[in-house]
Amino acid sequence: MYVAVKGGEQAILSSYQLLDQQRRGDPSVPELSIAQIRQQMKLAVDRVMTEGSVFDPELAALAIKQACGDLVEAIFLLRAFRATLPRLGSTQPIDTGKMVLDRRISATFKDLPGGQVLGPTYDYTQRLLDFSLLATSAQAQTESTNEMLAVAQTASSDTAGEHSSPRVIDLLNREGLIETHHATPNDPAPFDLTRQPVRFPADRSTRLQNLARGDEGFLLAMAYSTQRGYANSHPFVGEIRLGSVEVELVPEELGFAISIGDIEITECQMINQFAGSKTEPPQFTRGYGLAFGHSERKAMAMSLVDRALRAAELGELVQSPAQMPEFVLSHSDNLEASGFVQHLKLPHYVDFQSELELVRKMRTAPRQGQASTDDSEDEHA
Amino acid sequence: MLKTNNTSEKTTETITSHENQAVDQHFNFAYLDERTKRMIRRAILKAVAIPGYQVPFGSREMPLPYGWGTGGIQVTASVIGPRDVLKVIDQGSDDTVNAVNIRRFFQRTTNVEITTQTQAATLIQTRHRIPEMTLTEDQIIIYQVPVPEPMQRLEPRERETRSLHGLAEYGLMHVKLYEDIARYGHIATTYDYPVLVNNRYVMAPSPIPKFDNPKMHMNPALQLFGAGREKRIYAVPPYTSVESLGFEDYPFEIQRWDAPCELCGSRDSFLDEVITDDQGGRIFVCSDSDYCETEQSKLGPSVVAPALSIAKDD
Repeated sequence: MYVAVKGGEQAILSSYQLLDQQRRGDPSVPELSIAQIRQQMKLAVDRVMTEGSVFDPELAALAIKQACGDLVEAIFLLRAFRATLPRLGSTQPIDTGKMVLDRRISATFKDLPGGQVLGPTYDYTQRLLDFSLLATSAQAQTESTNEMLAVAQTASSDTAGEHSSPRVIDLLNREGLIETHHATPNDPAPFDLTRQPVRFPADRSTRLQNLARGDEGFLLAMAYSTQRGYANSHPFVGEIRLGSVEVELVPEELGFAISIGDIEITECQMINQFAGSKTEPPQFTRGYGLAFGHSERKAMAMSLVDRALRAAELGELVQSPAQMPEFVLSHSDNLEASGFVQHLKLPHYVDFQSELELVRKMRTAPRQGQASTDDSEDEHA
Repeated sequence: MLKTNNTSEKTTETITSHENQAVDQHFNFAYLDERTKRMIRRAILKAVAIPGYQVPFGSREMPLPYGWGTGGIQVTASVIGPRDVLKVIDQGSDDTVNAVNIRRFFQRTTNVEITTQTQAATLIQTRHRIPEMTLTEDQIIIYQVPVPEPMQRLEPRERETRSLHGLAEYGLMHVKLYEDIARYGHIATTYDYPVLVNNRYVMAPSPIPKFDNPKMHMNPALQLFGAGREKRIYAVPPYTSVESLGFEDYPFEIQRWDAPCELCGSRDSFLDEVITDDQGGRIFVCSDSDYCETEQSKLGPSVVAPALSIAKDD
């Protein structure tokens, strides 16, 4: 009894060992390598990098391996590592108009300069279990990757095959139908929510940072809610593009930009109808989503939520959770959510003891007939 | 159920870091980099200067989950030095799982001396309790705080609560307590019971039982509060007034027990109820394990033996 209240150091050490065994599984099955995870579980790696806020496929794969495939746990590992990294500098804003595209689709125009490039996607597959994958085949089936890439690109205008293509939003905007956002003069450094706590009201760049590292499942549900009447939303996918883009840094001692490498990103520009206001003519407004690697679901959900969160700015009625910045931003982070929900596993003997006393007291002295069990109970925290 | 008779014996003596594990050279002293520590120390200084005021700080992702003490850990990591002696408790006990884990974390990253004795510690990190033994001016107690905003459940919007604090407008809180009295005849908050600090800010004392609230008042030790997930730090400097909210006709009261501690016989400490069999049998024992052991040692070994024999039966 009294002893059982205590966990004990030895018990914790034993639990580490069991965890190691669980992670490794049956030792007669070959161990997963980091390279295998990187190559064959790319989409998991991409999600961990996005929500872990570190572009490093190797470390993301390591985190996935260590976390036994639990992606939220892997994100946690990567974030905790990230917290200790020094800041060497800030990169220049990336120019997604200069992306080398692997995939680019628009739902608003049938054809456009650069063409619709399907690239790798599950979108048009039939979700039938492919039993041939049960057997691991040694033969590589990648000889004609380049050919396939070419075929996956729909027959299109003369610019097809060109690597960088203008963004659809920019094309549409020649008519001035879409709102424009100009960079703030002098391009002030954005708020960094990994170094400072978010205060409300939060500006859009802060919100976007929060959404970019926010939990995919949470954002998906919030985005979905805007489509089902919990916010006024008429979205169109202006463009989704996947590809790699150069990252540039201006070292102080050089004074000019140098490329420090390419990263793969997914960008989504969502276009929303806007009826106009006293100061603005009717036009299309935008929601924006960006994620590391190939993360379309995340980028799309992010862009819908971004747009919903602009309700107050655009003079729309704020009445649904997805439009409330404090609601969305305070609950989007899966580390915070997972930690706090699961902390309920920790001992709460003291609080529970206090509650026990209280409930007994209430039962022995019922007041005016029915003192109902109630809502007064604060969270066991 | 975790049966660890070995460790229970161990808690009676001071555990020193050296016998457990060597310091991990991959990380800075106390894990955080020095710039982060400086940022947190600045927040702490501000918090000390404005007792009870919640100072936002750039909380980092720690290697332990949010909600598991990351705020307390960051505060401890920012104030700990190589000569400190650290005690970590959860629910009053040094040997509960999370306390063990946090202690291991600091052993691994600082190699400071570790103790289970309240009076031997210079830093005490705690979750949900204040030790029974009176603290001194040479000690800092660091509370892990899940929800720093005392009015969060009454008003979830931080923008609103911030302005309520700014205006010292605490009507919401008083109405809540009043409604308890109207419905139940007494105030139905038993832990994380709101306090007024230095006659200015209403503060969440963290989910300590209200039994512990009076210990905060005019305490000689510096009391620091860290909320990692909510990214807030606040403080009660030594010898500061901490008043639990109440009404003239319904004053603040603390819990009392009919029975003394089964192990040490104390009538002055917070007691946990422990179920001893499946017939509804139960006993009460001190939640503060160090205090209970100290009291037991005053009684001599003969009195302690029967209670421990129950442990073996379980």
